Amino acid sequence: MAESYNKFGLLAEFETSADILHAAAVVRDSGYRHWDVFTPFPVHGMDEAMGMQSSKVGWFSFIGGVTGFTTGMLMIWWMNAFDYSIVVGGKPLFSPIYAFPVSYELTILLGSFGSLLGMLFLNRLPRLYNPLFKSTRFHLATHDRFFIAIEADDPKYSETETRRLLQSVGSKHIEEVID
Amino acid sequence: MAEVLIKDVPVVPRTPAELERIPLVRNRRSLGWVSDAIAGIVEGKTPAWWWMAFIPAFTLMIVCFSCITYLMTTGVGVWGLMIPVAWAWDITNFVFWIGIGHAGTLISAILFLLRQRWRTSINRAAEAMTIFAVICAGVFPLIHIGRIWLGWWLLPLPNANSIWPQFRSPLLWDVFAVSTYFTVSLLFWYMGLIPDLATMRDRARTRIRKILYGLGALGWTGSNRHWSNYEKAYLILAGLSTPLVLSVHSIVSFDFAVSQVPGWHTTIFPPYFVAGAIFSGFGMVLSLLVPLRTLCKLQDVITVRHVDLMCKVIMATGSMVGYAYGMEFFIAWYSGNPYELYAFKNRAFGPYAWAYWTMISCNVICPQLFWSKTLRTNMVFVFIISIFVNIGMWFERFVIIVTSLHRDYIPSNWAYYRPTWVDIWTFIGTFGLFLTLFLLFMRFLPMIAISEVKGVTPQADPHHPLGGAKLGGQH
Repeated sequence: MAESYNKFGLLAEFETSADILHAAAVVRDSGYRHWDVFTPFPVHGMDEAMGMQSSKVGWFSFIGGVTGFTTGMLMIWWMNAFDYSIVVGGKPLFSPIYAFPVSYELTILLGSFGSLLGMLFLNRLPRLYNPLFKSTRFHLATHDRFFIAIEADDPKYSETETRRLLQSVGSKHIEEVID
Repeated sequence: MAEVLIKDVPVVPRTPAELERIPLVRNRRSLGWVSDAIAGIVEGKTPAWWWMAFIPAFTLMIVCFSCITYLMTTGVGVWGLMIPVAWAWDITNFVFWIGIGHAGTLISAILFLLRQRWRTSINRAAEAMTIFAVICAGVFPLIHIGRIWLGWWLLPLPNANSIWPQFRSPLLWDVFAVSTYFTVSLLFWYMGLIPDLATMRDRARTRIRKILYGLGALGWTGSNRHWSNYEKAYLILAGLSTPLVLSVHSIVSFDFAVSQVPGWHTTIFPPYFVAGAIFSGFGMVLSLLVPLRTLCKLQDVITVRHVDLMCKVIMATGSMVGYAYGMEFFIAWYSGNPYELYAFKNRAFGPYAWAYWTMISCNVICPQLFWSKTLRTNMVFVFIISIFVNIGMWFERFVIIVTSLHRDYIPSNWAYYRPTWVDIWTFIGTFGLFLTLFLLFMRFLPMIAISEVKGVTPQADPHHPLGGAKLGGQH
């Protein structure tokens, strides 16, 4: 344990999107769990190749939207029909019709906050420190290279076996990342 | 399909040359070239033309703020407003700028849902333009209320007598629509920027840049587990922004349509305003991007094809606007309402006929020239027409607002509205505000969505030979 304390894992570099897609499928089939793929743009088909489930962001947007709509309706009812009711032009004190435009906008407003904040929450961002940033080549992950990182705390991780696996799927450059 | 992927590198059939798609990035540029070209604009030396544009823009912005200060310290009497024309340039400018803002969300949300991949080259700049246009728009409702220090009465807060705002009024709906639009556009824009800020951080050569871009990037690594959530959130934001963009200008049109004034009280207003907004917004996108693609040497990313497609959108929405002008006249006659008919006759042949026919020439006739492909692909011509579109759409709002108000039911009230120099310089000044913000944006942030443009290159597709797939025989 003491030995693996500082080790983050192995970082393998690939050159094309086809290579990384193939490599990800192989790593998935080898039974690794604590690993990830890093690409400059979302590679089509990568979620299946990594065996990932569909994102749960939608729930955050939904909860945001429902909160927005309810807040809008309740706020308008409370302000214009309950707390200080004023008759304007003989119109009803409350009607869901005149309350609709504002409630609709609030649905979209809070739904959007739900999407963005839900995405950040699920991704555990902001996270300004990351051991991968210590790698001298990892900055290319936002440029034109593709990476697979397999973490040392994965139960199947083995310095030699994992390295061999990554070599066998065509990585030209593999380095050990220290946390 | 999944089987092929997993077993080995995918093998794809050769595409016959005549079926090859026209690439969105010209000259088979590599992924690295895309980041170098776009980030290079921000990282390189400030070009001379940038200063030549920034100094006048900044000066005009100061003019705008000075006029507003004069207005605030003296009163709305410094404007040409009077009774019966109690709304004039202020609300014209508001609707004009809000309309321009609509192209950004249309490009980023609606074209995204319609899978129009060409949007990736223009969406970042168009979204930025949206945000800055909404800032310019937001100035006017705030300053036109006269006692600006009471602007907070528009917020859902009780005033000094514990009275709440009155939600039956479309003017209050407008406050919510515009502020939601601004906030959601900002969220959408920022979310799109996160991966590109990470690119900027990873390329940064100075420590201060690394820290600032790093803070903005929130620690983005390009992890696929992150991309998965990111893409879902982006899709949902696009899905939420689409009804939003349609609702915002509909609600702006309610400011007029819900009233009883002849010339305003028409059911065609919401769709007609939305079409006009998209029309004017694309006009402004072209006015900005046609010169910028040359100045920033981005012809391979913002290709002639992109300009061609935007011209087609202008032509389509311009035709819708032309149809709406015709239909308004038809309904004015068909309704049998003498006041309505008078309002429209007065628009076309009354004292403001010059404004009406300027609007018709710019909005109905100009875009019809885009039926010709030669003209759509001539950059100088496209730029000139885009300016005409902007002028025409400003006049549309002026015509709707001023001609409907200047002759009300009692002829003794009739008047002819003329702007004062404060009206004129406040409006011209907002262009300074708009351009100052836009020039700062393009100097400090990637003007084109780097990761999205990479995503539409052939190299990004694992099933394309350039993406590393093996080339098979013909199937």
